[in-house]
Amino acid sequence: MSQSKLEIGTPSPPPARDVSEAQERYDRLVVIRPARRWPHLDVSELWHFRELLWTLVWRDVAVRYKQTFLGIAWAILVPVFTAVVYVVIFGKFAQFPAGEKNTAYPSLVLAGVLPMQYFASALTVSSMSLASNLQLVTKVYFPRTLLPLGGVIVPLVDFLVGLPVLIALMWYYGTWPNGAQVLFAPLFILLALVTVLGLGFLFSATNVRFRDVRYMIPVFLQVLPLLSGVMYAVEAIPTKWQWVLAFNPMTAVIAGWRWAMLDAATPNLGQTAIGVAVAGILFVVGLAVFRSSEPRFADTI
Amino acid sequence: MPTAIEARGLSKKYRLGEMQAAYGTLRESLSHAAKRMTGREHHSAKQEIWALRDVSFDVPEGQVLGVVGRNGAGKSTLLKVLTRITTPTAGHVEIRGRVGSLLEVGTGFHPELTGRENIYLNGSILGMKRREIERRFDAMVEFSGVEKFIDTPVKRYSSGMYVRLAFSVAAHLEPEIMLVDEVLSVGDAEFQRRCLGRMEELGSAGRTVLFVSHALSAIAQLCDRAIQIDSGIVVQDGPPAEVIANYLHQTHSAGVERVWSSEDAAPGDDLARIMSVRVLPHEGMPPGIMDVRLPIGIEIVFRVLGWGKPVFPKIKVLDRESTIAFNAMDTDERWHEPTPPGEYAATAWIPGNLLNEGAVSAEVAICSIDFPKLEHHAAVYEAVSFEILDPGEGDSARGAFGGQWKGVVRPLLEWTCERV
Repeated sequence: MSQSKLEIGTPSPPPARDVSEAQERYDRLVVIRPARRWPHLDVSELWHFRELLWTLVWRDVAVRYKQTFLGIAWAILVPVFTAVVYVVIFGKFAQFPAGEKNTAYPSLVLAGVLPMQYFASALTVSSMSLASNLQLVTKVYFPRTLLPLGGVIVPLVDFLVGLPVLIALMWYYGTWPNGAQVLFAPLFILLALVTVLGLGFLFSATNVRFRDVRYMIPVFLQVLPLLSGVMYAVEAIPTKWQWVLAFNPMTAVIAGWRWAMLDAATPNLGQTAIGVAVAGILFVVGLAVFRSSEPRFADTI
Repeated sequence: MPTAIEARGLSKKYRLGEMQAAYGTLRESLSHAAKRMTGREHHSAKQEIWALRDVSFDVPEGQVLGVVGRNGAGKSTLLKVLTRITTPTAGHVEIRGRVGSLLEVGTGFHPELTGRENIYLNGSILGMKRREIERRFDAMVEFSGVEKFIDTPVKRYSSGMYVRLAFSVAAHLEPEIMLVDEVLSVGDAEFQRRCLGRMEELGSAGRTVLFVSHALSAIAQLCDRAIQIDSGIVVQDGPPAEVIANYLHQTHSAGVERVWSSEDAAPGDDLARIMSVRVLPHEGMPPGIMDVRLPIGIEIVFRVLGWGKPVFPKIKVLDRESTIAFNAMDTDERWHEPTPPGEYAATAWIPGNLLNEGAVSAEVAICSIDFPKLEHHAAVYEAVSFEILDPGEGDSARGAFGGQWKGVVRPLLEWTCERV
């Protein structure tokens, strides 16, 4: 091997390590043990890997519209097209009610379509996140929770890009938020994120073993808008059914988001509470399933 | 010397179902569950495999440890546990220091992203901080030699450029502990040399390296110590040359030397007996590992017990699949006359650059001619075996090519060529 030394040359002398790197205590001692019986979320570890999370998110955002002609414009076109179809079919032909405060129907619909679109992309991306990062899962270690987590962050970019269209409609129809109410808007998106992250944990872990998930999701996503009040105001349907739909957290998300952004009807507090509770349960159950099957991902994927 | 890796009682169990039908459909699983509930199938019917069983070892800081073993012996599982890709079923490991792993180069490379973007992506996946990547960025690009294409998507790269870029990212990891799998078995000879060179550097820079490989010559050259894993158990631990020699001995059932203690115990008839057979070692190589470029000597010590027919030594050389490479006998004139009783030591010299790489075994015999047959007075089947290796320095028949090279023999031919 004497020859190899000559030919290779040294890759740059190791640069003097800066202080923060030397202080990197986390890496110093790692103890590898059998998986714990009870699933838990190691927050300090997630924090340690935060740069990788952003890198993975950045990768997916960078790649999302590569080699498309219209590029990021799709983030606007998809919700706009959906909203136009809803407005024409449900607003014009079927004369769906616009709710208590009679909010302009196009605003109402787009304000429903945007969070729903976010939910749909986030569910698809995060549920497939383990299977589509197969090479990473079988070759390097990092907390696997980063993958579904990244999967629900990436579509936020599309959501933000689509937001100006809603603002334009709000301007056109004069459906402005009622002062400080608008500050609640991000909280409802956070509720959508928590819900979809719970489902993403659950489905991505299930998808490792059962690729059925891939076929289930589109069916689920076709029905969901109908059950979340995307093309109607939820307070306009019989009260009995409002309480049934309340178990779908997306109903609370859309009703709340419309209230915060468009000053639409105030959502029923009890119904919203049910939605939040269901989202919380989904998150905990999803995370538990994910963490308990995590040790076997690399073996079964 | 502080310990870098401390493994205690590591065990890893796989359910056979998990390895074979890696994933099934929901329907299959439900029908299995239904069968279990109705008692028609028992859960315990699933077979279990222990890929690792109670593995314990220490690696002191700065040591280069080689891990050898047959396919399926548990080497890769060990590496997967150490890199935390999979969790052990029992036992624990303590690792002190920053760990880098080279299980594959270019992990996570995205074809749509440019070389520059992929350096950041891959570096981050391999555990580098953004600051570190920025600091080493120029060095990585220079080392890879793809400066011109650094802003081109890697899907437009040639496979050579792709591997060079991927390797240069991995080569600039500065871990205290490096875990390396069979990366040496992929890529061209140049790439393999770079890998080996980088490992040598890490080793001489006092880094701890754990190196899993089939390339026994690389282990012999680079490692301070070797362990052998068989069926998930550490069966040997010691100096690389010793471990490799014993490992080869087990795999080939014959060793590099056979000696019979007395004439009575030695194989043969009342005319000739074989007393010992051995493969003459190559200088600087562990016993049983032969350099493909050098002549290989097989020494046969035999006794002629009385006056009789002219006898002569003969060898038959077989490859791993027991295909006969050739037969050869000593044709010297002295064997034309009846052989005087006494002890003889004959050495058959197999020319360098003749046999292909891999496991080779030899049969030896003391024969006489009984036309149309050869009469065997003494014969030892699979008397000795050894492993032929190409150090990959480019002067053997395979030149700079590092891939698969088929054939029982691979002579270094003389080529003539003119431009016409």
